[in-house]
Amino acid sequence: MKSGLLNNKDFLAGLLFIAIGGCAVFFARDYPMGWVERMGPGYFPTALGIILCLFGVYVMLRGLLSREAIKGEWGWRPLSFITLSIVVFGFTMEKLGLIPALLLMFFAAAYAGREFRFKEVAVLAALMSAFAGGVFVYGLKLPYPLFGGY
Amino acid sequence: MDLLNNLILGFGVAFSLQNLAYCLIGVALGTLIGVLPGVGPLVTIAMLFPITFNLPAVPALIMLSGIFYGAQYGGSTTSILVNLPGETASVVTCLDGYQMARQGRAGPALATAALASFFAGCVGTLLIAIAGPPMGEWALAFGAAEYCSLMLMGLVASAVMTQGDIVKGLAMVVVGLLLGVVGTDVNSGMSRYTFDVPQLSDGIGFTVIAVGLFAVAEIVVNLEMKEAGEVFTGRITNLMPVAKDVRDAAWPTVRGTAVGAIFGVLPGTGPALSTFATYMLEKKLARDPSRFGKGAIEGVAAPEAANNASAQTSFIPMLTLGIPTSATMALMLGAMTMQGIEPGPQVMASKPELFWGLIASMWIGNLMLVILNLPLVGIWVRLLRVPYRWLFPSIIMFCCVGNYSVNNNAVDIYLCALIGVLGYVLVKLECEPAPLLLGYVLGPLMEEYLRRALLISRGDPSVFFTRPISLAFMIGTLLILIVMVAPAVRRLKPSAGA
Repeated sequence: MKSGLLNNKDFLAGLLFIAIGGCAVFFARDYPMGWVERMGPGYFPTALGIILCLFGVYVMLRGLLSREAIKGEWGWRPLSFITLSIVVFGFTMEKLGLIPALLLMFFAAAYAGREFRFKEVAVLAALMSAFAGGVFVYGLKLPYPLFGGY
Repeated sequence: MDLLNNLILGFGVAFSLQNLAYCLIGVALGTLIGVLPGVGPLVTIAMLFPITFNLPAVPALIMLSGIFYGAQYGGSTTSILVNLPGETASVVTCLDGYQMARQGRAGPALATAALASFFAGCVGTLLIAIAGPPMGEWALAFGAAEYCSLMLMGLVASAVMTQGDIVKGLAMVVVGLLLGVVGTDVNSGMSRYTFDVPQLSDGIGFTVIAVGLFAVAEIVVNLEMKEAGEVFTGRITNLMPVAKDVRDAAWPTVRGTAVGAIFGVLPGTGPALSTFATYMLEKKLARDPSRFGKGAIEGVAAPEAANNASAQTSFIPMLTLGIPTSATMALMLGAMTMQGIEPGPQVMASKPELFWGLIASMWIGNLMLVILNLPLVGIWVRLLRVPYRWLFPSIIMFCCVGNYSVNNNAVDIYLCALIGVLGYVLVKLECEPAPLLLGYVLGPLMEEYLRRALLISRGDPSVFFTRPISLAFMIGTLLILIVMVAPAVRRLKPSAGA
């Protein structure tokens, strides 16, 4: 399938590589380079960044020629809600405790699926949180409060 | 005899009650999770990996490898019953296994898979025991230059052999190497790419990368796709293969084992390629090749033997050289590093109980799989019907709690989410994540060896080409690149849709 730039998979992949490589070189600019015999902390990452940029340019140019499109759509909904659920867990874990964090995580994650059935999610969340509390806090003796921050 | 003494030592370690228990837990958990639809071995290991972190090194690795082959076995169960390969290594099993199931021969297919795997596992374990020590001794002679070239060869091979594009694979290796750089530089004590986040000074956690890249990204990909296909719902009545099945499957199992064992030690090839190769071999050797794809038992036995044999022998370069040949071995290597064991040839000498205990436990684990799985097939079948909408939040839960438990800080969780997003984008752009993980695991070591090699040679890069072993690895690297660009071999590579 022919495509525009925004869903040209090789063009975007190349762009991503150039961005990562570019960042690597940019942020390594203050690290002492040293020389071949005595490499400084900046030598290896800078070299890698440049190599990555070269790969990126090649992949990008090839994408411009082949113009192959990405297969399928971007899954915005699963991507955003799964990411959200993980972030929510991280954020609430230390403030509210393990069980509330897991309950929130379950609801956010379940929203990522195709269908969201409130009762089913509630039961699943309750069961699995209880299970996690049992296994991790009582079984593996991890030092987390079930409720409340620390 | 050394081998015998070593094996006795190993079995002594593995047969302790504690290690047997962890082996059993690992195998059972691995199968349990691996059998769930849409959850492959990599996700299983990545997800359960943090749980083993709180154990001492020996039981942790025993449990982890138990999870590994348990998950692989679970993967072939889903291939046969649901036509849904958990990973590329079981794609081939789908072809004939699922057809057998549809013809009402799911039982014999599952039993053949289990027994062929067990046979291959036994041979594989023996091979590690025989080949390990000489390999390790040989590797003790390696200097920094040799290691550097060897790692280069391993990384290039991993990039080239994975499905998909070679240049993208190489670029992914570099991305992985760069991720490995993050943290405090051991030589100068300088913080690199930490952006003043104190939690980053030890680098990005291994679990963060593994879980984000393989578990989180995988879930998003699965959710985006349509619901899984039909589930085999018929009852499994007769489990055991009949005499004709055994006759038909015997030689393919042996050949599959041989092919798999060879592929396992080659860097970057891993189980997937060996299953394709052995399937094609069986098809060539068969008197009536047209039966393949329509439920030929050879088409189940040979690839199952091959993927298990190569899964076992891939431990050889990982344990003796410290070079992982696949993403799963990179996970094992990461686990070793987290346990404070520096991987490499010295492991065998300094921690014989770990090395031989692990080997013995592999054999025991394979035996457990056969004993455990054949009677429990009914339960596994029922597990296949668990809807994915219940599974994926639970997997996320394990990922979150597991990841948090490693360092007890929320930064790891945020990073994991970020890596998950990156992993998903990479999958959409058809960049294989496996080479990235290998690069990340080997990155810090490779930089260290590179620096050391060039320091010793006073900055002369010809050191990589004048030392004979190093030269051999360099030529190997070049050969891999040349051979892979040749069209004949490229056709052999498993493509994603095959």
